[in-house]
Amino acid sequence: MLRRDVVSRDLEMGAPQDSELVRSEGASELLRELVSHLRQNRTQLREEWTGRISETRLLTAMSNDEIFAEATSVYDSYVEALETGTFEALQAYARNLSERIIPRGVETHEVVGIVLLLRDVLARSLFAKYQSDFMKLNRILDAYEPAANRIANTVAVGFVQERERVIRQQQEAIRELSTPVLQVRERLLILPIIGVIDPQRARQLTEQLLRGIRTNRAKVVVIDITGVAAMDVTVANHLVQTVEASRLLGATVIVTGLSPEIAQTLVTIGVDLGKMNTVGDLQGGIEQAERLLGYKVVGLPEQA
Amino acid sequence: MEVPVLKQGAVLIATFQAALSDADLKQLRSHLIEQVVRLRSRGVIVDVTAMDVMDSFASRTLREIAHMIRLRGAETVIVGIQPEVAFAMVQLGLTLEGVATALDLEEGLAYLNNRFENIA
Repeated sequence: MLRRDVVSRDLEMGAPQDSELVRSEGASELLRELVSHLRQNRTQLREEWTGRISETRLLTAMSNDEIFAEATSVYDSYVEALETGTFEALQAYARNLSERIIPRGVETHEVVGIVLLLRDVLARSLFAKYQSDFMKLNRILDAYEPAANRIANTVAVGFVQERERVIRQQQEAIRELSTPVLQVRERLLILPIIGVIDPQRARQLTEQLLRGIRTNRAKVVVIDITGVAAMDVTVANHLVQTVEASRLLGATVIVTGLSPEIAQTLVTIGVDLGKMNTVGDLQGGIEQAERLLGYKVVGLPEQA
Repeated sequence: MEVPVLKQGAVLIATFQAALSDADLKQLRSHLIEQVVRLRSRGVIVDVTAMDVMDSFASRTLREIAHMIRLRGAETVIVGIQPEVAFAMVQLGLTLEGVATALDLEEGLAYLNNRFENIA
């Protein structure tokens, strides 16, 4: 019963499967023709492409020779990907290329732009070649377009992934620049913060500070944020939370070095800083902390 | 589980042993506000070192204890909040506003003695 069912379905499916096969065979034949066309006109098309690249002012970070060299290998991998229908080699090449050009400041729109330019240049050459035979042009484009789009996709995704990898690496590097909690006097800690604070780093800072308060039995903490260029709502709120959490451990927090920009931002976004004790610079902060702790700095009498 | 309350000079010390039920907290609250005047104490220390979780009820009760004891004429200081607990509390918005806090029992005693000297 089951088997007959399968057989009959096979029979039904027979016709469309065949035509599918024919069409894909036709497509691969067309692709072969296409590839040989692209191979034959390699020099001319490549030059046209690099010409269009410099015309549209893409890849300004690279010299013309470099663009030409890269264009040659991109062109060859492009044609190869069209021919074989496999994208691994192209993917690897795109990753490798991205690795080389990202440090030079090449942007995503440029990479996408040049791949799309190549696609257009090749499509135009196809228009020129099959001008007389509209039906054939149509079929060639049917074969060309999906492959070309997939290539453009592969290259762009490869570039973006590489870029994200670089960004992640840099974030990790920043995170590893651990922020030290330093004791400058008995019961007085300073926490200098430098660089970008993202929520994750802010959290790590807070944990370190709270632990530092406990182990050093601190009564006063000076958080210096002179080295922080910008601050958003999340981070500002986190700072307020850090101040409150420190208070729960019995420590007073003094925040120093709020830049004019940060002060403006904080007031504009309306973060409640009422609970925060702020002093202009680190020196002032330490002086106030010493007053709170009952220290008094006295100059030594001049030695004779 | 009942919270032991010790008398040390003019100070009452309540030490939380572990996680307490809401009923325990309420019982502690009434016990403290009653004892503080009967024993003529001038300060109360609530030691929460052993607590690794502080929910909103516990936090609110601590604040109520502090405010009630102030009305009964004494000072309260909460000591021994763990770093993780402190951070979790502020994230929940439980900041014990208007309540004195100190690192540990020793600090709490020093704080109270300081206050007594200032008042005397």
